[in-house]
This record gives sequence, C-alpha cells and structure tokens, in this order.
Amino acid sequence: MKYAFSFLAVIALILIAGLGSQIPGMQYLFGVAIPYLAIMLFVGGFVYRIIQWAKSPVPFSIPTTCGQGASLDFIKQDKLDCPTKISEVVGRMFLEIFLFRTLFRNTKSEIHNGPKVTHESSKWLWLFGLLFHYSFLVIIIRHMRLFVDPIPFWLSAIEGVDSMLQIGAPTLYLSSVVLLLGILFLFGRRLINVQVRYISLNNDYFPLVLIFAIAVTGILMRYFLRTDIDIVTIKSLALGLVTFSPVIGAQIGTIFYIHLFLVCTLLAYFPFSKLMHMGGVFMSPTRNMANDSRAKRHINPWNDPTIKPHSYAGYEDEFREFMVDAGIPVDKELPAAKDEA
Amino acid sequence: MYNKGTIIPGLIIFVLFVTFPIWFNGLKAGTPPKPELPPGGEKKCVESVEYMRVNHMQLLNKWRDNVLRDDNREIITVDGKNYRKGLQMACMQCHSNKEKFCDNCHTYAAVTPYCWDCHLSPKEAASKEETQ
Repeated sequence: MKYAFSFLAVIALILIAGLGSQIPGMQYLFGVAIPYLAIMLFVGGFVYRIIQWAKSPVPFSIPTTCGQGASLDFIKQDKLDCPTKISEVVGRMFLEIFLFRTLFRNTKSEIHNGPKVTHESSKWLWLFGLLFHYSFLVIIIRHMRLFVDPIPFWLSAIEGVDSMLQIGAPTLYLSSVVLLLGILFLFGRRLINVQVRYISLNNDYFPLVLIFAIAVTGILMRYFLRTDIDIVTIKSLALGLVTFSPVIGAQIGTIFYIHLFLVCTLLAYFPFSKLMHMGGVFMSPTRNMANDSRAKRHINPWNDPTIKPHSYAGYEDEFREFMVDAGIPVDKELPAAKDEA
Repeated sequence: MYNKGTIIPGLIIFVLFVTFPIWFNGLKAGTPPKPELPPGGEKKCVESVEYMRVNHMQLLNKWRDNVLRDDNREIITVDGKNYRKGLQMACMQCHSNKEKFCDNCHTYAAVTPYCWDCHLSPKEAASKEETQ
C-alpha cells in the first residue's frame, strides 16, 4: 500500500487548489504567485543540482562497456557500446537520450519448474517509456501556444500533426492519449511486476500519480468541464506571466487552477526528485566517459599532490632491513655488514 | 567544478529552453482579441454569451453530427426566432465576417478549426461567385 500515500498527497493538492482558488482574492496567489515561485524553484533547483554533481569528482574511469573494446586492428571494435573517442561517446549519448538505448536491453528473468532460470528480452518498458517521454515533450511544446504571440509556424505544425485525426471539437490530441497509456503502463508495471514492486518507493509512485492527475485535469478541462474555460482569458494570463505583467481578467474555471497548481507542484518538486534524471542522464560517468583508460591515464581528482609516487625499489630501500629481518625476499641484498669485519 | 567547458554551455542551453516564451515575446504581451459583434446589430444568439464563448465548438460539432450523420435537421427556436443547424445557415447569418469574428480569437489562441476545409466564409463565397 506504499502507493496509497501518493494518491492521498495528490488528492490533498487537488483540494487545496480547488477550494483555495474559490476564496475571493486567492486567484492571484494560485494564478500568479505560485507559478512564479514554482518556475524559480525549478530553474534554480535544476541548476543547483547540476552544479553539485559537477563538483563531485569522478575518481575512476568507469564507463560501462557492453561490447568489444578497441584492440588489435583485425578485431572489430563496438564503437557505440565501448567508445574510445569523444565522437563515439557523443553517438552513444545521443542514442541514450533520444532513443533510451539502455532500456532497449531490458531483460526479464523468471524461474520455471526444474528449477530453471530463464532470461528473455523485455521491450515493453522501452516502448512505453519512449511513448511517455515523447508525448510529454509534445504536450509541453504545444502548450507554448498559450505563452507566445504571434505563434511560430512550427508550433502550429506540431499542433496540426497532434490533432490530425480531427476527432471532435476541440480536436482530440494524440499525445494526450499516448501519455495516459504510457503513464498507466509505467504505474501498472510497479504494481504488477513483483520485483519492481518490492523496490518501488513513494518517491517513485508520487511523480507518476502527479503526472497522471495533471493529464486527467488537462483532458477534463479541454473536453468536459468547460465552464469558464475561455482560452482567450487563459492565454492573456499566461502571456502576462511570461512578460512580467500578469493580469487575471475574467473568472476562470476551478479545473484550470487545479491543473495549474499540480503543474506548479511538479515544477517545484522536480529538482529534488528522481525526475532529475532529465539532467542526470547527461552527467552519468558510466555513459559519458570514453573507455580509454589504457591509452590515457585517468587522474583521480582526490589525489593529494603532496603524496609522491612510491616505487617498489624505493619501498624496498626504505624497509630493506626489516624485510630481511622478517625473512621476506628482497631484490637487492643488504650491503655487507660493517660490524662483522 | 569539473568539465566546466561542457556543463556550463549545457546549463545555458537548458535555461534558454525553459525561458523560451520570455525571450521569444520580448516582454510584449500584445492585446487580447476583441471579436466583432454582428454588423446587423443582433443581440440574441442560440445560447448565452458565456456559453457560446467556451462551448461554441462543441455545439457546432454536435450540429454537424446531427445534420450530416443522423439526418436530424430539426429547427431550433430560441425566443421565437428560428435557427437552422449550420455554420453558414445560422451563425454566419449574423456573424457575417469570418475574418473579424472567428479568426480574431482563433489566430490568437492558435486554433485551426477544420470547419473551413468544407465551408466558405461569405467573403470567399462572394469571390468564388464573381469568378464564375
């Protein structure tokens, strides 16, 4: 029942926004003050987290190698899975960020009668993860139509493709449906897959429930609870926010304030949560380092420059007497003792 | 801080992406559109202003389904005035200027309704007639 807390938290957030925005005068808080605070927390927190990571030293060269490394000329190197050059690392990172190549390698292990362990490829996580992330990206991009005036052509083009099925009015967006499918899979996976369920925590469930609630309130606002959802009023508020002259004109429906408050929560929570994998994917040494530790020495930034290298010959020079005493073989014998003569 | 050469440009790109609407608009919010009222001076519509402002697209969609799919061309009577279900037959009778009424808000809100895939605005219809 770990996930119950996430549902309760999101329900509490919905109640706060739903009831709070009904109090006269509070529209300014929910429509202007909280969005500004949330975006500042998002940008500030994001930059802070990245800088904290950038300050952490990488003591060892630790790229994960998943293929044949560079070797003799007649052995073919797997350039993407064991990169040795920056260009190859860039290729690897590009595929990781845009196509989630690591998830593509996801496998499922099962125990059958025998007992016999089987491992097989499991691409569902990759497929739904990709669908979820790309539809979320499209949704964020097409929300920009509320923040810019005039509308650039590429924005209308994305919107046109997203609503190309021309179902209903306002037209149904494909990305809304795909996002919901994706999030239901990602949530269901944490409930149904026993191993994943065991390791899932509240901070895994909460963002999923929150994004689900954001999507549902958005869909409700667009298609069902349209009372006082006048796009012109909403756009002038959004444009006011990004031009630092916010105005709340006419009455806006409660569902809008709920949707906005949940988005603000997501923005404010983002830098301090696992959602930071958005920035973290660029910062993971196992992916962004080249596997060239035999060609180039990786200096540990922790190294104390006052500690000089100590060769074996130097070590033996320092401890030869004690080693001989203890019967440890030495490369160079002790000089003939003077007191014997 | 390590790898400044890549991390700082990366962060700058991130901030530019996030602040896209701020620098794109250049702090000019513009003025919200004011759709033109019917030139003929009509004051009554099939529903209230508040309803029409947010629900007109759903009403039109319903009418489209009624007429084209269910063959339901029932006449709507509001306050003794009869309206036939249709964009050109009802709406555009009063709101005759598509460019100053419909497009005004649609352009502002980046909405491209596919009504006009089939329908012609009165202005377009007139120009078509002339050419024929």
